[in-house]
Amino acid sequence: MNAIGWPNWRRLNQEGIVFAIAILLFAAAALSLPGFLTADNLVAIVRSVSVLGILALGMAVVIIGRGIDLSAVAIMAMSVAWYLQLLNTGTSDGLAFAYVLAGVLAIGLLNGFLVAYADVPAIFVTLASGSFVFGYVRSQLITQDAVPVPQGHWVELLGGVRFLDIPVEVFVFAGLAFLVFLFLRYTKWGRFIYFAGDNPVAARNIGIPVRPMLVLRYALSAVVALIAGLLTAASLHSINTRVVNSTLLYDIVLVAVIGGIGLSGGRGGVRNVLVGAALIGILLNAMTIIDIPLLYQNLIKAAILLGAIIVDGIINPRDEQTAQQGDI
Amino acid sequence: MRLLRTLMAAATALAVTAFAAPSFAADDPGPAAYAKALNGKRVMLVPLAMGFDLAQGWAHYLKKEVEAWGGTFETRDPNWVVDAGAQAITDAIASDTRPDVLIIHAPDLNSYSKLMKKAQAAGTYVILVDNPANFPADAFVGSDWDKLGQLEAEAAIKGCGENSSKKIGLVQGDQANSSSLYQYAGIMKVLEKHPDFQVVAKPDSNWDATTSRNVTTTMLQQHPDICSIIDFWDGDATGASAAIRDAKLDGKVFLVTTGGGEKAADCDKLNDGTYGAVVMTDLARQSGDMNAIIKFLLQSGQPAGTSHTYIYTLEKATTKADLKPDSCWDLKALQAEAAAK
Repeated sequence: MNAIGWPNWRRLNQEGIVFAIAILLFAAAALSLPGFLTADNLVAIVRSVSVLGILALGMAVVIIGRGIDLSAVAIMAMSVAWYLQLLNTGTSDGLAFAYVLAGVLAIGLLNGFLVAYADVPAIFVTLASGSFVFGYVRSQLITQDAVPVPQGHWVELLGGVRFLDIPVEVFVFAGLAFLVFLFLRYTKWGRFIYFAGDNPVAARNIGIPVRPMLVLRYALSAVVALIAGLLTAASLHSINTRVVNSTLLYDIVLVAVIGGIGLSGGRGGVRNVLVGAALIGILLNAMTIIDIPLLYQNLIKAAILLGAIIVDGIINPRDEQTAQQGDI
Repeated sequence: MRLLRTLMAAATALAVTAFAAPSFAADDPGPAAYAKALNGKRVMLVPLAMGFDLAQGWAHYLKKEVEAWGGTFETRDPNWVVDAGAQAITDAIASDTRPDVLIIHAPDLNSYSKLMKKAQAAGTYVILVDNPANFPADAFVGSDWDKLGQLEAEAAIKGCGENSSKKIGLVQGDQANSSSLYQYAGIMKVLEKHPDFQVVAKPDSNWDATTSRNVTTTMLQQHPDICSIIDFWDGDATGASAAIRDAKLDGKVFLVTTGGGEKAADCDKLNDGTYGAVVMTDLARQSGDMNAIIKFLLQSGQPAGTSHTYIYTLEKATTKADLKPDSCWDLKALQAEAAAK
């Protein structure tokens, strides 16, 4: 990585490879697919990965700190479903939102507390809390998989917000990406996340508040999930909790990881998320234009990802120096 | 004299017969046989999930009827997870309280075939509902998806009109679920008869509204003159409708879909113009069909797996013009009714 922050092409890492594949795909699609290289379609590509990208930003912060948040999708869908259910049954907007925000923060803090202070591995804590959130909200608080947005509510209006014909999600994604970038790059706590992710014991020894910061990251991830859920509901005028069973969670991890954020922590940043999201967005859009059936889409997606990882393995072979403990 | 006696005896007999007639009516063997065959029988519904309108509607109507004839009605909620459904069926067959009738909403053509065979071998009647499967169940109750697809295609052609671009887009479900595969086959059958109409794109939504929105957005950008889109389920057609709204093509693209005829999901959206036409299942009648076949099977005395009946629900493409107050059923009302008890 040089000063400007672009990948160093002489030493291609996974991010560079994925970025190159994304550029190649983009060029190929622009040349061969009519209607690909139009302003509307480019906006549609960014929009189609906006919610995914927002969730991946939250996930990236957690992963860089050597953790993982498998409850993100459950929090996203269930918090908004509960919010809309409260509205539909007559709770005032302010009160409903306060309940939901409190619930979301509580789950984030619980995740963080269990990982930081009870020393339970993040993968188990968040897997369990995600199931708990889904099960509790689905069985106790809502009556339907799909909860509609009340007519004329601000969430519905939010979905129609356009600036220069660009949907609101795109701006939220861009804004959040910039904020997370500033946080990770220029704030003390942001820099500390890298130290804590790279070597938690050493970070603690030099006096970094490793545990409170860990709790903060899970709370942050939960709030990001709530934002992503609100945007989903804004666009579709309803939220379907069935999304918890979909592959969205894996796609989030995928976007973060293929962009080059190592699951072992301490590496990567916002740019990796953007590269990962760009590849997925271009790939899915091109395949939809060509009208490839879903089964083959999954196969092609998987093959390209596998290819990127293999090339990375050849160019940057693992050795004792590059491999870290806890790498999965 | 002898003749007179005979006549008198005959008259007496006649009189006795006449007076005794009411008591013969009271001895109608029907109710007793009915009660004997049905009382205490167990019926279990295993839908894809309990969280959506169809399953909640079936459960409401089945429970009402089964409990009225003294049976036990239970549901299991696999929450869209195929394995969880398989587990629920396995547990049900093995338990001491094995259901006498198992109503299964199959996720695809093959997943539950072995389990259904096991259930029949254990003496449980198997009724397939809504989604057909590669298995000779005792009865299938649900839509003829091929016919349903034909109705959708006809509605789309009508919605487009003669002077349109005659371009139709499909948003399929997936490539595994029988309802998606047969719906597609039915649509294509009709379009073959109308060679001037063409399908310009046929992406899958994987039954997910966000995916449906994304693929529809792309489809409309590639073919802005599409006159009709058929989305294979009202559960994800909200996504296709969002894409149409975002592209500012409301009123220009005739959106056709299919669903369980629930008020908020279908009729309200026909009314506000979101959907152009919905091929709706008459859920109360479909549940009534299930109730009838349950009662028949339990009284038939035949072993499970003996006969195979197909009871297709009458389907109709409904548009705003032929919307009536009773076109839809209201899930909220059913839930309020259940809560009031």
